[in-house]
Amino acid sequence: MKLSFSAEDEQFRGEVATWLNDNLVGEFEQLKFRGGPGDEHMFPEERKAWEQKLAAGGWTCVGWPKEYGGRGCSIEQQVIFNEEYARAGAPGHVGHIGEGLAGPTIIAFGTEEQKQKYLPGIVAGRELWCQGYSEPGAGSDLANVKTKATFVEDASGKTKGKWVINGQKVWTSLAHESDYVFVIARTDPDSVAHKGLGFFLMKMDQPGIEVRGIEQITGTSEFNEVFFDDAECEADDIVGAPGEGWKVAMGLLGFERGVSTLGQQMQFQNELNQVIEIAKANGAAKNPAIRQRIAKASAELKIMRYNSMRMLSGQGGSDGSLQKEALIYKLFWATWHRDMGELAMDVMGPECEMLEGGPYDLTRLQSMYLFVRSDTIYGGTNEIQRNIIAERGLGMPKEAKVAAK
Amino acid sequence: MDFAFTEEQLMIRDTAEAFLAEVSTSEEIRKVMATDQGFDSDLWQRICADMYWQAIHIPEEYGGLGLGYVELVAMLEQMGRFLLCSPFFSTVCLGTNALIVAGTDEQKAEFLPQICEGTTATLAYTGKAAGKFGGQWGSDAVEATAVKDGDNYLLNGTLRYVADGATAQLLIVAARAIGTSGDEGVSLFVVPADTAGVERTWTPTVDQTRKQGEIVLNNVTVGASALMGAEGNAAANLAKIVNLATVAVAAEQMGGAAQIMDMTVEYTKERTQFNRPIAGFQAIKHMAADMMTRVEVARSGVYYAACVAEDALAVTRGEDGELAAELPEAASVAKSFCSETYFKNAGDGLQMHGGVGFTWEYDVHLYFKRAKSSEHFLGNAAYHRERIAAQLLDSE
Repeated sequence: MKLSFSAEDEQFRGEVATWLNDNLVGEFEQLKFRGGPGDEHMFPEERKAWEQKLAAGGWTCVGWPKEYGGRGCSIEQQVIFNEEYARAGAPGHVGHIGEGLAGPTIIAFGTEEQKQKYLPGIVAGRELWCQGYSEPGAGSDLANVKTKATFVEDASGKTKGKWVINGQKVWTSLAHESDYVFVIARTDPDSVAHKGLGFFLMKMDQPGIEVRGIEQITGTSEFNEVFFDDAECEADDIVGAPGEGWKVAMGLLGFERGVSTLGQQMQFQNELNQVIEIAKANGAAKNPAIRQRIAKASAELKIMRYNSMRMLSGQGGSDGSLQKEALIYKLFWATWHRDMGELAMDVMGPECEMLEGGPYDLTRLQSMYLFVRSDTIYGGTNEIQRNIIAERGLGMPKEAKVAAK
Repeated sequence: MDFAFTEEQLMIRDTAEAFLAEVSTSEEIRKVMATDQGFDSDLWQRICADMYWQAIHIPEEYGGLGLGYVELVAMLEQMGRFLLCSPFFSTVCLGTNALIVAGTDEQKAEFLPQICEGTTATLAYTGKAAGKFGGQWGSDAVEATAVKDGDNYLLNGTLRYVADGATAQLLIVAARAIGTSGDEGVSLFVVPADTAGVERTWTPTVDQTRKQGEIVLNNVTVGASALMGAEGNAAANLAKIVNLATVAVAAEQMGGAAQIMDMTVEYTKERTQFNRPIAGFQAIKHMAADMMTRVEVARSGVYYAACVAEDALAVTRGEDGELAAELPEAASVAKSFCSETYFKNAGDGLQMHGGVGFTWEYDVHLYFKRAKSSEHFLGNAAYHRERIAAQLLDSE
């Protein structure tokens, strides 16, 4: 076991830190520590400008292969980049869905034409993406997708024809800011569950797509509903064959080795530090029950970091399956963060009710406390996580499948 | 960065697993736990002569294998899994650590080769005060007294909660100058257990798999050569020894928590009710998933603490140890998490076994009881969290 980074990697760390220090200034100063989960509605335009600034410095898509415009960083360097990015307080990355999800999927499963068409815009920080997976009837049961994709031939024979998409997606974050969406939709109308789906790359700016913000528990909107009413997708913009959409969509999971987790933990540490400062200032730090909870939060955040280091050092299965320490990660961090929200409020005492201003202007910690309730729901609820852990990690029987009507 | 076992470390772990599966069976555990001694002398001889485990992290110059704490932790995890009843923990994780950290060159040269040959040892530092306030395991627990008497020292007092205290052949005793408290005036002494005035009694415990003893020091006279380091200045070394041992207990706890999980999951796959294995019920699956989540997180905490402990020992040897300063924190992080993990897993395991989990016949109660005893030994979760809280909240 070796826990330190190589001298070369430490030099890379210095390079990242210096660049951020030199560039997160002037008009971007106000973006520090803003725009993360729960705060994504803030400064959208300024953060788009920041994305392009990052791109100009070569700091987008650092983990992508060089041939696709990435920096070709090793896992260690990606970890370092994420750590330094969070340490510097650089803002929530508006391009993260393109960089982390759409791009890698296109690289792995897309055609050469799709790569050339879509990857440069992501690398340049010009084109933002959102993810069209969940539907009103397809939450935990994600395969229960009802959105339909129908292929329409061009009668004139001049074009290759097109896909026409009808249906509704929900919980689509950043849809209102995005240029493109990747959508899973049913190509075979008679199919059920994960069979008969397709994976489509679509332009957001078209008459058939309407975006409506969802007003959340925080009173703000970063999630959206997206309605598809005869929306169009070019014949060449399906990734994989019709019917292979589930395979493509699930392929993404195998790419997640946890490089972003250490950066995420840096944000958690910032929140905990803020709570500790408040506890010291208002005397909650002398309350034995609060002391225990703060110590527990701190200890578990440390272990979360060690767990990520194990994830990053592990090889995983050759089929892309996750190791045990990776299987449990979502359940652990989401539950930890939810507890953190409660701790923040309890440390503040009655003062936790006081808004920054009217009509509903939440402080960062109030917003965090409310927003963390989504952590244990999105990306697989805690209950779905437990099913996955029990079935894949412990070999317990799968949930009985009930045939669709 | 490569936070994973090396090939050699995996081999050590697998060898330990195979050996313990053979020798630490349910039948064997039950046989020795019913005795006052609490371990099988023949098995201890086998461990010492055939496996040479007791010498794992003793430096080669003293006849040891010179391996590190990561290797030791890999073995302790397996010992926790198989509930090994043996003086290994007390001898290696208390006695040997104390000699390595605090022993003079002469003491190391005299006693470490003895341990390599199979002499058992333990650390006796806690008086009844360790039982106050729900458990305190720092220097406040040191109550025995040491008075200089010409060239000798006169030791008096009662030591309690001593692992293998009634059987260990070599005692590392902590005692303080009369009228001192806290870190002040604490000294460490190497005392062979057959020294005149040392009275030892086995204190029967709920967990029968690890024996505790009470030691009464009645005007025990030891020479200056028994003193480890400077007189009255041993608090820092004692803290380091205890922190190293704390990491070791956490490793055993993690192994035990993993084993009770595996046993329970296996049982739920075999036990049928309502015409199906109960492992198929979501209420059972979700409890099992929580058990695995705790085990994996605990594992991460223990392996990290092992790396820190290794660095702390490197500093003792006069080498570089980047993470050495993190030892108190890493020990508390690991011990607080593993204590709760083990007891929760053992309790949930008992519940998931249903009625048979409540019987003497099934092994569940052995783990349930070891979980509680190891939770309190060297500090429970609340004790260790308070140590962390003091660091975070009481500065400035």
